[in-house]
Amino acid sequence: MSARLFPHPLLSITVAIVWLLLVNDITAGQVVLGLFLGWAIPKLTSAYWPDRPLIRRPGKVIAYAFIVLMDIVISNIQVAYWVLYRRGPSLRSRFVTVPLDLTNAEAITTLAGTITMTPGTVSADLSADGKALLVHCLETDDAEATVAQIKDRYERRLKEIFE
Amino acid sequence: MAIFETLVALLIVIGAFFLFVGSLGLAKLPDLMRRLHGPTKATTLGIGALLIASMFYFALIEGDPSIHELLITLFLFLTAPVTAQMIAKAYILRSQQTQNALPPTGGRTGWATLDPAPADGSAETSRD
Repeated sequence: MSARLFPHPLLSITVAIVWLLLVNDITAGQVVLGLFLGWAIPKLTSAYWPDRPLIRRPGKVIAYAFIVLMDIVISNIQVAYWVLYRRGPSLRSRFVTVPLDLTNAEAITTLAGTITMTPGTVSADLSADGKALLVHCLETDDAEATVAQIKDRYERRLKEIFE
Repeated sequence: MAIFETLVALLIVIGAFFLFVGSLGLAKLPDLMRRLHGPTKATTLGIGALLIASMFYFALIEGDPSIHELLITLFLFLTAPVTAQMIAKAYILRSQQTQNALPPTGGRTGWATLDPAPADGSAETSRD
């Protein structure tokens, strides 16, 4: 398991699993082909991705995924309610700035994606120095509480996973 | 069998409802940033419910389990935020009024859509 042979071990496993899901057929031949692709693709592309994020605690990734899935369900119901029962202009929408403690590029990408999928917020932009996220809230009367919630609920957990 | 069919039918109705609300939000809300909220969220649960219905249908009624749907969900979750962000960035770039209303970044530089990265390379995100 040298770094030359498997430059991104986690990516290798992901590619193999995605291949098996893609062919929708778990047979010995497809498993071998999946493992081959999982070995070949990261090796061929490693020159374009010199560093890989370290995932310190894989168990926390699963916990994080469940929290995000729950929030997606809640956010859908909430946004559906606003769309159906509120007149558009009465929604107090505004941009807020979320200062970032995360410095890892992959962690920030995950956070931005999470913000877009969860209650009433869409991430719109990153500051040029990579230290703050621009987030649009659909309905908020307390911007600071929204920012605090994003930082506590998602960023803190991502920090534990990535850093 | 009737229970499974009811379950699948229920999931399809839930999915259709949220897809409809997402599209309604797109049509009804007054400006682009608010409109973005409809399709990025309401549709994920809508499509999710339809995909779970599809998995249940093939596993429980047809007896031929299918796991393609998990992959569709995964790709949807990866692509929806990226699309939303590109649309938001294009909107910010084109709308002077929105640019003036943006909150400050709190740092030395502005937002990446409008400002270049600092020349000293301090924007380089750490890679551990």
